[in-house]
Amino acid sequence: MAATRIVQQVSIFLENKSGRLAEVCTTLGAHDINIRALCIADTSDFGILRLIVNDPAKAASVLQQAGFSVGQTSVIALQIPDRPGGLGGVLEKLEAVGINVEYMYAFFVRREGDAVVLFRVADDVLESTIRLLQEANVPILSAEDVYAL
Amino acid sequence: MAAIYNPRYETIAREELQQLQLERLQATINRCYKNVPFYRRRLEALGMEPEDFQSLDDLRQLPFTTKQDLRDSYPYDLVALPLREVVRFHLSSGTTGSPTVIAYTANDLAHWTELVARNLVAGEITREDVVQIFFGYGLFSGGFGLHQGAEAIGASVLPVSEAELPQQVKIMQDFRSTALIGMPSYALAIAEAMEAAGVDANSLSLRVGLFGAEPWSEERRQAIEERLHIRAYDIYGLSEMGGPGVSGECPERCGLHLAEDHYLVEVVDPATGEPLPEGEEGELVFTTLTKEALPLLRYRSGDLSALDSAPCACGRTVARMRRVCCRTDDMVIIHGINVFPADVATVLASFPEVSEHFQLVVEQVGVLDELEVRVELAPQFFSDTIRGLEGLEQEIADKIRANLGVGVAVKLVEPKTIERSIGKAKRVLDLRDKE
Repeated sequence: MAATRIVQQVSIFLENKSGRLAEVCTTLGAHDINIRALCIADTSDFGILRLIVNDPAKAASVLQQAGFSVGQTSVIALQIPDRPGGLGGVLEKLEAVGINVEYMYAFFVRREGDAVVLFRVADDVLESTIRLLQEANVPILSAEDVYAL
Repeated sequence: MAAIYNPRYETIAREELQQLQLERLQATINRCYKNVPFYRRRLEALGMEPEDFQSLDDLRQLPFTTKQDLRDSYPYDLVALPLREVVRFHLSSGTTGSPTVIAYTANDLAHWTELVARNLVAGEITREDVVQIFFGYGLFSGGFGLHQGAEAIGASVLPVSEAELPQQVKIMQDFRSTALIGMPSYALAIAEAMEAAGVDANSLSLRVGLFGAEPWSEERRQAIEERLHIRAYDIYGLSEMGGPGVSGECPERCGLHLAEDHYLVEVVDPATGEPLPEGEEGELVFTTLTKEALPLLRYRSGDLSALDSAPCACGRTVARMRRVCCRTDDMVIIHGINVFPADVATVLASFPEVSEHFQLVVEQVGVLDELEVRVELAPQFFSDTIRGLEGLEQEIADKIRANLGVGVAVKLVEPKTIERSIGKAKRVLDLRDKE
C-alpha cells in the first residue's frame, strides 16, 4: 500500500539567531521524541530545519506549542546500496521521467548495510514517483520502518 | 532685518489677530452650517447655531474632525460649494485604498499661493533665485504648492519634480540652481548622487533649501547643509489644510511661523482631547479660517508639537510651532508617502501563511529611508523550501506596493518574536536618526 510508503517530515522555520536550534532539540527531548535524521537549509536571514523523528505528529504539536512555526511535508525514504554510483542510479531513473527532486538528505544510520536517503518531490508527483521506484525495484521504506530506525 | 512677504498679517498685533480670527471663524462656521450636512448635523446634535460662537474658546465645544471623517466623505461630501466653484483637487499622499481629498476655489488657490510665498521669503528665497523643486507634481499637493509660491515671488522656477537623481544633478549644474525645495531625504539622495558623480558642491551655485513633507532631525539638517553647502529651512503643511504653507522657519530658526490669520491652531492632549497650556507638547488641531471649498473645523492632525506666541527676533508676531518629529498614531512617512499600519494589516490578512503580528521598521540605508515589514509566520507553515519562503516574502511585498504605493522589504520571523505591549501594539520601530 502506497500510503504507508509516505514519510512525514517535520519542518521548522528558524530565524538565524543563536540558541534556537538548541531549543528545538531540547523541546523534542523533553517530550521523548528522538531525531532520526535532519538537514538545514538556510539563507542569511532564516533557515528551515527538516527533521525525521519517531513521532512526527507529536513533534509538530509540541513545537507549535513552544512557539515555533512548523510544517509537515511528505517525503520518500529509499534504501540505496552504499557503493559508488548507488545514488546516481536512482536519480537517473527519476530524471528520465522528468521528476524533480526538490531536496534530499541521508540518515545517520544504515539499514541492512545500505544507506537510507530521504527524497522530497512535489506533492502532485509523490504517488507516481513511488510507483516508478517500486517498478524499478528500488527498496522504499515504510513510514513505520523509518520512524523506528 | 530679513524680508517679510506680508508684514500686514505676519507682524499683526496679537489682539488684532484674535479679533480677525474670531470674525473669520464665525464666517467659516456659518458656511459649514449652511453648506456641509456633516457639520450641520454636528451643530444640531449639540443644539447649537452659528450665532452661539461668540469667542474663540466656544470652538472647543465642537467635536474633532478626524482623518476617518474625511475618508468617509470621499470624494465630495465635505465640499462646501457647488463644483462649478471648485478649480482644483489634490489627494492626500498615501494609500490608494482610502485617500482624502482637498478642493480649492480660485480664492483658496490665491491664499495658498500667498502662504507658500511667505514661507519662501522667510526661508531667504528671493526673485533672484533659481529654484529647483523636486517635490512631486500631481495629486500630491507639494509640487504645485511650492511652484505657485515661488512664481508669486518672481523666482525662476525649475519644476524638476521627481526626475532621476543624475538629471537633478545635471540641472543643478547647467541652470546654476541657487535654491532646492523638496523632501529632506531626497535632498540627501541628490547629495549622494552628486558626490558619486564627482561633482564638488563648491562648483555649484546652491545657497539655500526649503525641506518638508516628512519629519527630519537636526542631525539630518546638518548633513544636508554640510554636503550641499546650503542653509536648510523646515517648512510644514498637511494636505487636509491645503498642503504646504501652514508654517515655515525664518532665519532665526526657533520654530515654524504659523499662518494664524488663515488657521486657528490648538494644541490638545492626544489622550483626552483637552486643550493644553501654551508651550506644552500635544497634538496640533487645525481649523481653517479662510477656506471656501473645503473648510474643516478642529481637524486632528496627528502631529505632535508645541506653540510659542512670544514675538520672534525676525519681527513676526504670529506664533511659532516646534518642528514636528513625532505623531500620535503609528503613521510612517516614507519617501513622502503616508503609510498606516492598518493598511499593511489588511494586506497581510489576505495571506494565510502569516499571522496578524507584524512590525514596520524604518531604517536609514545610506541616505535613503527604507521600510521593512517584519511579520510572524503562522504556527503552521506550508512551504518548506527556501524558494517557497522567499517567494512568499516577495508576493507580500508586491501586494503592499500595489495597494499602498510604497516599496517595502518583507522579512518573515518566527512566531511570538515581535514585541507585544498592553493596549496599543507597538507597530512601528523607527531607527532613523533622531535628535
